[in-house]
Amino acid sequence: MKVHEHQAKEIFRKYGLPVPQGYPAFTVEEAVEAAQQIGKFPVVVKAQIHAGGRGKAGGVKLAKNLDEVQQYAAELLGKTLVTFQTGPEGLPVSRIYIEEGTNIDKEYYVAITLDRSKSKLIIMASAEGGMEIEEVAATNPDAIITEVIDPFLGLRPFQARNIALKLGFPKNLINKVASIFVKLYEVYMNEDASMVEINPLVLTKEGNVVVLDAKVDFDDNALYRHPDIMEMEDPTQESELEVKAKQYNLNYIKLDGNIACMVNGAGLAMATMDTIKLAGGEPANFLDVGGSANAEQIANAFKIILSDPNVKAIFINIFGGILRCDRLAEGIIKASEEVKPHVPIVVRMEGTNVELGKKMLEESGLNLITADTMWEGAVKAVEAAKGQN
Amino acid sequence: MSVLVNKDTKVIVQGITGREGSFHATQCKAYGTQVVGGVTPGKGGQEVEGIPVFDSVKEAVDNTGADCSLIFVPPPFAADAIVEAVDAGVKTVICITEGIPVNDMIPVKNYIKTYYPETVLIGPNCPGVITPEEAKIGIMPGHIFKKGNVGLVSRSGTLTYEAAYQLTQRGIGQSTAVGIGGDPVPGTVFSDVLKWFQDDPETEAIVMIGEIGGTAEEEAAEFIKEYVTKPVVAYIAGVTAPPGKRMGHAGAIIAGGKGTAEEKYKALESAGVTTVKNISTIGEVVEKILKG
Repeated sequence: MKVHEHQAKEIFRKYGLPVPQGYPAFTVEEAVEAAQQIGKFPVVVKAQIHAGGRGKAGGVKLAKNLDEVQQYAAELLGKTLVTFQTGPEGLPVSRIYIEEGTNIDKEYYVAITLDRSKSKLIIMASAEGGMEIEEVAATNPDAIITEVIDPFLGLRPFQARNIALKLGFPKNLINKVASIFVKLYEVYMNEDASMVEINPLVLTKEGNVVVLDAKVDFDDNALYRHPDIMEMEDPTQESELEVKAKQYNLNYIKLDGNIACMVNGAGLAMATMDTIKLAGGEPANFLDVGGSANAEQIANAFKIILSDPNVKAIFINIFGGILRCDRLAEGIIKASEEVKPHVPIVVRMEGTNVELGKKMLEESGLNLITADTMWEGAVKAVEAAKGQN
Repeated sequence: MSVLVNKDTKVIVQGITGREGSFHATQCKAYGTQVVGGVTPGKGGQEVEGIPVFDSVKEAVDNTGADCSLIFVPPPFAADAIVEAVDAGVKTVICITEGIPVNDMIPVKNYIKTYYPETVLIGPNCPGVITPEEAKIGIMPGHIFKKGNVGLVSRSGTLTYEAAYQLTQRGIGQSTAVGIGGDPVPGTVFSDVLKWFQDDPETEAIVMIGEIGGTAEEEAAEFIKEYVTKPVVAYIAGVTAPPGKRMGHAGAIIAGGKGTAEEKYKALESAGVTTVKNISTIGEVVEKILKG
C-alpha cells in the first residue's frame, strides 16, 4: 500500500526523524491557514499524489507570500497531475502539503528495501540526491553505497556511520546522519514497510540535515497488524474499479485495452494478458479471482469487468484446480442474470469438474463462445472484439 | 525417479483441522501420499479422516517418523509454523499459505539457511510438490499429471497446471513438479530445483515457468550456463504487465524498471534455454525437443 508524502512524514516525525514543519490541506482555506501556522516565507506547496516526479511536472511550487499560497493551492487542488511515473492518465490532486522552505546546500538519497536475491534488507544511499535512484544505477552505479542488513542483528550503528562517511557529510554531522539511518530502519521494521525512501535528504545552508521528501510503501500482507496505516489509504489514487474489486477480495488492475479477462491464479492471469496481446488484441485488465472463489465472487468479478466502458469482449480462462469449473459456471450464469452482458464472452475452462461446468453453460442459454486452448480463446476474443466496433 | 518427494515420503499436515487443511490432507491421501499425521495445537488426540492429530510438530514427528510437512496455517502464524517444523527435524517443509508478511519470512529464511542448511523449504504461497503417481503434497489437481521424465518448476500454481496438462495430453509425463511460489522471499529458488533435476538421472528435460519481478530467472540463467546440460524450456509471464503494479503475487511487480519479462527472456536465451512466448505451445515445444 502506498501513502502520501505528508503521511509518510507524519510517521517519520513519530520516530524522531528531522522533518520540516508542514501541514496537509484539502482546500485553499486550509492551505492559507497552514502557511499562517508556519509563519514565515517562503513555503512550499506540494501536490500529494501516489507517484514521484512531481517537481518536474509542476506539482511543487515555492510561494513567497499568502497570495501565492492561495494562487498555487487553487491551481493544484482538483488538477490531474501527469508525471513520468503516473502514466498518461495522471493522478488527481485532492490534497496538497504546505511546508516551510529549506535552504538546500546539498542533496542525498537514502532508501531501505528488500534485496530479493539475498533475502535480506539493504540500505542504499547516494550523494546524487534528488535524482531517481534507477537513473543513478544506470548511469553511475559506483555512486550507490550499499550495506546489507543482517536479519538477526539489524542495521548496526557502525554500518550507518560508514554510509554517512562515504556520502561525505561533515565530521560533526556523522553521528546525527547515522542516527537518521537507524531511525529509518526502525520505521521499516516496526511499520512493516516494503520500502522507505528519503529523496532528497538535505544538508541545509545552515548546516542542518532534514528529510525533504519521504516515501513509504507498506507490505499489504502485514497491514492486518497496522490498523492506523490502513486508515491512511486514499482511494482517489486508484481507479474506481480497483477500489471496488478490493472490497470483493479480487485482484484487479485496470489496463488500456478492450478485451477483459477473468482468470484464476496470478500467473495464468498474466499469461492470459500476454496471449491476448500475441493474438493481436489489447487486454483491458488483470483479474485474478483466486483459487477459492465462490459463485458470488465470480459474479462480482463479472460485474466489475463489465462496468469498464472500453470492454468489447470478455475472455474467461479458468484452470480449475481448487476452483471447480461447475462453481465457475454457476457464477457466470448467476452474474449474467443480474447484469445482462452486452459484449461477446469467450470461455475456456479446464480441470476439475470441467464436463459438468461445460454442460451447465451450454444449458444456460447464454450466448457464449467456447474454446479448448488459451490460444484459441484469445484469438476468438480478439475477433469478437473487432466485430463490436 | 523423482526429486524431493516420492512414495516413501511421510507427510504431516500443519493446520489439518482447518477447512483447507482437512480438505487437502484428504485429497493428498486419496492420491496415494503417505499422510501420517496432522498438527493443530490444542486438538491433539482427534482424528481427521482417520489421520491422527497432534499438538506439536515434535510430537507428530516422534510418533509417525514424518520427514515432510505440508503447511496450511493462516498467515499470521505461518512463519512460526515453518520454524516449528524445521526445529522438529522435518527435512522438507512445504508451505502453501499465501499472505505471510515479508518481514516475517526474512528471518525465517535466513534462520534455515544458517542453522539447517540441509532442510528444504518450498514456498510459501505455492501449490506444493507432486511426483506423479507417487506423492502429491500440495493443492494441485492430481489427475492432470502423469509419471514421466520432464521436470517442472514454476513460480505460479495455475501455470504449473497449464504446462503439466499440455504435457500430459501429449503423453509426456513429469518426474516431479515443484511450485516454488510467488512471494518475494521464497524458501527455494529456480536454481535449487534446476540442480535437483540436473542431478536426477530420470529427468530428461526441464520446463521452467517464471514471471515478472525480482531477478530469480536471471540467476537461474547464470546457473544453467554453469551447471545444467539437460534441455531447458522456459516461459515468463507478464510481458504486458505495467510497471509499479503488483500483479496478484506479492513478488510479481516490475520495480524501478527491473524485473521485466524482456530482461528475463534475454538472460535465459543467452544461457541456451529454449524460450516460449506463447504458453499454449509449451507442450508442443517440449515434445519436439524430446524427440530430438
